[in-house]
Amino acid sequence: MLATVLVVAPLVAVFIYVVYKGASSLNVAFFTHNPVPVGEVGGGMANAILGSAILLCVGSLLGIPVGIAGGIFLAEFGRGTKLANAVRFTADVLNGVPSIVMGIAVYSLVVVPQGHFSAFSGGVALGIMMIPTVCRTTEEMLLMVPNAVREAALALGVPNWRSVLSITVRTASPGIITGCMLAFARVAGETAPLIFTAFGNVGWSEKLTEPIAALPLQIYVYALSPYDEWHRLAWAGALVLIVLIVLAVSLVRFVTSRGVLKGAS
Amino acid sequence: MGVGIEVINLNAWYGTNHTLQDINLNIPANHATALIGPSGCGKSTFVRCINRMHETNPIARVSGTVLIGGLDIYADAKPVEIRRRVGMVFQRPNPFPTMSIYDNVAAGLKLNGYSDRHALDEIVEKSLKNSALWDEVKDDLKKKSGASLSGGQQQRLCIARALAVDPEVLLMDEPASALDPVSTSKIEDLIFQLKSQYTIVIVTHNMQQAARVAEKTGFFLNGRMVEFDTTHKIFTNPSDKRTEDYITGRFG
Repeated sequence: MLATVLVVAPLVAVFIYVVYKGASSLNVAFFTHNPVPVGEVGGGMANAILGSAILLCVGSLLGIPVGIAGGIFLAEFGRGTKLANAVRFTADVLNGVPSIVMGIAVYSLVVVPQGHFSAFSGGVALGIMMIPTVCRTTEEMLLMVPNAVREAALALGVPNWRSVLSITVRTASPGIITGCMLAFARVAGETAPLIFTAFGNVGWSEKLTEPIAALPLQIYVYALSPYDEWHRLAWAGALVLIVLIVLAVSLVRFVTSRGVLKGAS
Repeated sequence: MGVGIEVINLNAWYGTNHTLQDINLNIPANHATALIGPSGCGKSTFVRCINRMHETNPIARVSGTVLIGGLDIYADAKPVEIRRRVGMVFQRPNPFPTMSIYDNVAAGLKLNGYSDRHALDEIVEKSLKNSALWDEVKDDLKKKSGASLSGGQQQRLCIARALAVDPEVLLMDEPASALDPVSTSKIEDLIFQLKSQYTIVIVTHNMQQAARVAEKTGFFLNGRMVEFDTTHKIFTNPSDKRTEDYITGRFG
């Protein structure tokens, strides 16, 4: 009980405060308009909402497949090998790398060769940050699948790779999805890796090759500005970011839970 | 139809542990053969050598010859081919937890690329009828998970799953040891019916069970097969002193 309070209280406190500060500045224009220059009233973060969505799509497309593939390798094919130990160690170290360092790394690996900031490079930075979480939770969840389930599949004459993909991964899929959602929610709020990659954009952009706005970046810039109007928009942005993350995670949970059968564990 | 199994000089190891030593026996087609013996005597290892599951353990090794219907399974076949011909039921029921009852039974065929829906429906129904589970689950085939059934039902589901790939041999590794008496007697009835169509090898700790279901019985001790004969002779007039000691309860 006490533990529940201790866990839930900070979350509720933060959420209530963000709602209190942000809700009053929310209006339709916030979702439909781009930022306006200082001094003008109104404007919104439509471009940043779209930008975050694009960055997270690119990040997920890179981070989730690579992470899951890595986790499957660690738990099923590489168990006990030196390569697996190296991969696991790398993932753990990668998990501890400060996100600003990730931004600089992607800056020198993608932005510099490309010659300019871009949505693509921002997505790559977020994707790399997702890999360790997805990889390690996938491994943990696969290791929790009882060996009896693997044996049952092999004893039916199912080839090992098929058994891993269709039986073991499927059995562990609720946990793997949770891991992906955790990684997604974590990078959705990242600002630092985007500073040197996506860079931000005051206008509307949907191109992967151009600098793009993102909610956390926009919040960062607005919150540091000296203008009250921008402060209010930053709070509204924070509220929208939280709500959108919750919505995205809930949607994925809803869609993936519909196929679950009565009595399945 | 079932086929006979001929085992010649079979040896098996786990690491440096020599778990099976020079096993030779002939298991007759379309009969039930029971393997009895104290824990750790190698009975389970033996059945796992017949469908090449033994070698799925990285430290396991095997040598010798096993002929199933004349086919040398270690020399002339791949493990996956053998496992399709030799079904296996494990000690603890192990249905696929996230799959429906229907998908559990169809799993072996579907995962091997079989996709004719109409034929699958028929095979699933036939397999569940053969495992005496059909009447209990026919209304929930695609609604309920295999894991939602009772232990005894789960074990019959696992038997249906093994039968669906149409094997010639059915290996059962203590199939009733985790079940209550009523479920146990259902499994035994099932073995009785199934042996007209399949060659059945059943590992059991329960000597009454061996006496009830099997025509032939083999007694294993410390990795060796001490005696193999008709069940009647093993239980009434064993030739070896050690067999007699075991079945009269002097050890084990």
